[in-house]
Amino acid sequence: MLRNAFLIPLLPVISFALILFFGKRLPGKGHEIGVLFVGGAFVLSAICAAQWISRPADYLPPTGHAEAAAVEGAHAAEQASTEAATDEEHPADGEPAAEGEHEVEPIRKAEVREVVWFETGGVEIKAGTRMDGLSVMLVFVVSMISLLVHIFSTNYMHDDRRYTHFFAALSLFTAGMLVMVTSSNTLQLLFGWEMMGLCSFMLIGHWWEEKNNSDAALKAFFTTRTGDIGLLVGISILFFAAGHTFDTETINQTALSGTISSGVLVAAAAALLCAVVGKSAQFPLHTWLPDAMAGPTPVSALIHAATMVVAGVYLIARLYGVFWAGFHIGDGGINPVALIGGVTVIIAALLAFVQNDIKKVLAYSTVSQLGYMVMALGVGAWTAGIFHLFTHAFFKGLLFLGAGSVSHSVHSFDMKKGMGGLKKTMPVTFWTFLIGSVALAGVPPLAGFWSKDEILVGASGNGYPIFLVIGLIGAFMTACYMTRCVYLTFFGEFRGHGHPHESPKAITGPLVVLAGFSILAGFLNAPGIELFSKWTENTTVLAAGVAHHEFSIGLAVVGTLMGVLGIATGFAYYVRNLGPHRLTQRNQAALTGYKILENKYYLDRLYTDMVVGGLKGPVARATYWVNQNIIDGVLNGTAAVSKAVANFTYSVLDQKLVDGLVNGAGAGAEEGGSALRVLQTGRVQQYAAFLFGAVVLMGGALVLFV
Amino acid sequence: MLAQNVIFGAIALAMAAAALRVVTTKNIVHAALYLVVVLAGVAALYILLAAEFTAVVQVLVYIGAIVVLFLFGIMLTRAPIGITSDLDNNQRGLALVVSLFLFGVLGAVLNDAYGSTKLASDNVIQKSADVGNSIFQDYVIPFEVISILLLAALIGAVVIARRD
Amino acid sequence: MYLNQFLLLAAFLFCVGVYGVLARKNGVLVLMSVELILNAVNVNLVAFGAFHNTVVGQVFALFVIAIAAAEVGVGLAIVLLIYRNKQSIDLSEVDLMKG
Repeated sequence: MLRNAFLIPLLPVISFALILFFGKRLPGKGHEIGVLFVGGAFVLSAICAAQWISRPADYLPPTGHAEAAAVEGAHAAEQASTEAATDEEHPADGEPAAEGEHEVEPIRKAEVREVVWFETGGVEIKAGTRMDGLSVMLVFVVSMISLLVHIFSTNYMHDDRRYTHFFAALSLFTAGMLVMVTSSNTLQLLFGWEMMGLCSFMLIGHWWEEKNNSDAALKAFFTTRTGDIGLLVGISILFFAAGHTFDTETINQTALSGTISSGVLVAAAAALLCAVVGKSAQFPLHTWLPDAMAGPTPVSALIHAATMVVAGVYLIARLYGVFWAGFHIGDGGINPVALIGGVTVIIAALLAFVQNDIKKVLAYSTVSQLGYMVMALGVGAWTAGIFHLFTHAFFKGLLFLGAGSVSHSVHSFDMKKGMGGLKKTMPVTFWTFLIGSVALAGVPPLAGFWSKDEILVGASGNGYPIFLVIGLIGAFMTACYMTRCVYLTFFGEFRGHGHPHESPKAITGPLVVLAGFSILAGFLNAPGIELFSKWTENTTVLAAGVAHHEFSIGLAVVGTLMGVLGIATGFAYYVRNLGPHRLTQRNQAALTGYKILENKYYLDRLYTDMVVGGLKGPVARATYWVNQNIIDGVLNGTAAVSKAVANFTYSVLDQKLVDGLVNGAGAGAEEGGSALRVLQTGRVQQYAAFLFGAVVLMGGALVLFV
Repeated sequence: MLAQNVIFGAIALAMAAAALRVVTTKNIVHAALYLVVVLAGVAALYILLAAEFTAVVQVLVYIGAIVVLFLFGIMLTRAPIGITSDLDNNQRGLALVVSLFLFGVLGAVLNDAYGSTKLASDNVIQKSADVGNSIFQDYVIPFEVISILLLAALIGAVVIARRD
Repeated sequence: MYLNQFLLLAAFLFCVGVYGVLARKNGVLVLMSVELILNAVNVNLVAFGAFHNTVVGQVFALFVIAIAAAEVGVGLAIVLLIYRNKQSIDLSEVDLMKG
């Protein structure tokens, strides 16, 4: 089956076509095709997973030792040629924390199958599947959650007017994700990546009759697209840097071998990081994900919690060699990946406190957990990041579907106005939701605890103490806002209208299955078992020399304490009404802070009013994205960025910290921005003149000085 | 050799003059006709460079189709046919400076890089068959992509210009 | 023949085209100037193809010609649309992107 893994993405594609053409004529309006084919894909991926696990671990990855070079396989030659350099460039074994010094341990050999897709200008472009632990794991998770969401939707979306189209898009989305995770090269990865972007757009805007929904869809599409430019650039750089190839394995090994100059690697890694920031909703492009909750709840569960948003995390994990070598992840300190992840963990968790819409709480929680994964990869804890991806998919999918079940019953998403006291009327939903929350909060022995703990261990062991602290604070906040969420939804008095009732089996079934996984999945990589890392780690990780760290009781206790403390604080504050309430009405600073949170750090306002608002009018709206290429981008960008910096400093730092000091700087930057706006006459020809003028100046400088 | 150089000189002079007229003439229809001269000159250059097939395509597509399209565009937008002094905007000075400097930079670079490089005198004529083989063997994917691009441009032009 | 004589002529055409794009007000004339630029590029491609004695230069010139045809089609459609909306194709009046 590993050899025929191409069948797994193929099935949902066929399902998409069949539903589109015949769906409406079937008695179930097409859902039977979707469930059947995605179910088939799930069975195939389960077989894949079983085969992968039973595969003998007899492949010696090249780590620089001469005897390891005696490997067969297509990549042997190029790896062998680079391995000498690998060792010199990465003296990872010289690190202080090198108990996990990588003695050559045999791993399972990845199954690669490729065909020549086309050949142009002498370069063979290949298409194919590369099944290693990482892809097998993701294929399994994606197809399983997709299947459950399909089943869930048969009831949840019942009577929807575009029921058939919904299932078609769901199938196509699944196909896109599967294409991406199975691909053996970056070009195919890009293909799947964009397929998901398209489906996400279609599904968020599923109820496009309401303007909010179609706006949210556009926002998601454009925001992720901003990042996708980075992906395109990054892939192009790597194509040339790695010697005219899209093959991920070759790219990783070349990057790790040190034959690519560090400047090029940093550029490629930074470009790819842009893509990750867009797709995985990291700060500062995270704003689209909460808005994307305008889509139907199953979509939120599938796309915006468990699968598509982890595409960015997968990208880092897949091209880890590039990030590892480009950002010197092994050296400790601070690097962009960890920094973006860490910032996202905190700011998204803060935002989750002020939301009243249950799906938005979960959305910010997702952003925050994605931050965890990115941070984990950034601090060199590869396995921990991937493991968190694995466990998070189950409990976040569970939480979203649970929220869907609740809203299905009370017809509202507002926790304060439409819910409360549902513990009695919806027992199955309550218990499964509770399991998901506790798993998310990181209480042992549920899934979230093990993966979160591993991230913390990795951060402390690899010399990233700042991110250890961030992780702990994040754990505390996560536990706290989930307590609030559970309390508002299920306890107290019912505040909505009508008579809530337990959802039917098609809805509770998936919940129960996911709850089971949320409890058990964590044990896969519990200390002493550690099957997960054995199954997933691939040649890249070994070649990079990612350090392993022992499970530490102390950290586990501290992590658990943070979670329990969070729950306790949430309980005390929201349930027992202890602590300083109504602070926002008494204290100016608290009110300001609350307002900043309520306005989501003014980021949306910054994007729409400052950046887009400068380009109003119908033509402008249509040409905005084209226009970025012209000088407008440069000018407007400069103006908007200076204004943005000014505004951001003004509203966030100023009012809280150093009013007088920063005020001057902010105002200065704002004036600079206004001054630059004068240059913007709106006349394209003038912009073109500036453009050519700038080109001439730069060209002249090159001629004269180089 | 001499004959080739004389011919080149004549073509180049005609092209340069015609190109200047395209961007300076006050009569918009004349601009289109001067453009024909430039395009024909480019075709002649292709012949000089032994690229017959491209020369033929140049004549067919550019002079045969694109210029006609321009004339239609002039007609449909009811541009003033005849002399008008209103064809330039107010940044001619800036444009002149920019393009002169651009030419200066380009000229300096070219002179630096290819100042004394000669074309092989026994330039073999590249047969149309070779061009065809190259397109349909090495570059068949870009070829297909371009056909899709043309289709998209066709649909796009219809959608944009349609009255609705 | 020197290679440079072709390249310099092409550079001249290119700069004239740039001047036209920047200084012309009429949309159709701007498009014509764009054609000058594209032709300059084509001359370069074919000249280098002849210099290296390969047909690749010609192949790419042919691709550029095809793209130019598409560009003119869409460009003229846009000009037509501007004319229909504003009763004029004066590009200096199209300044909706003003900040």
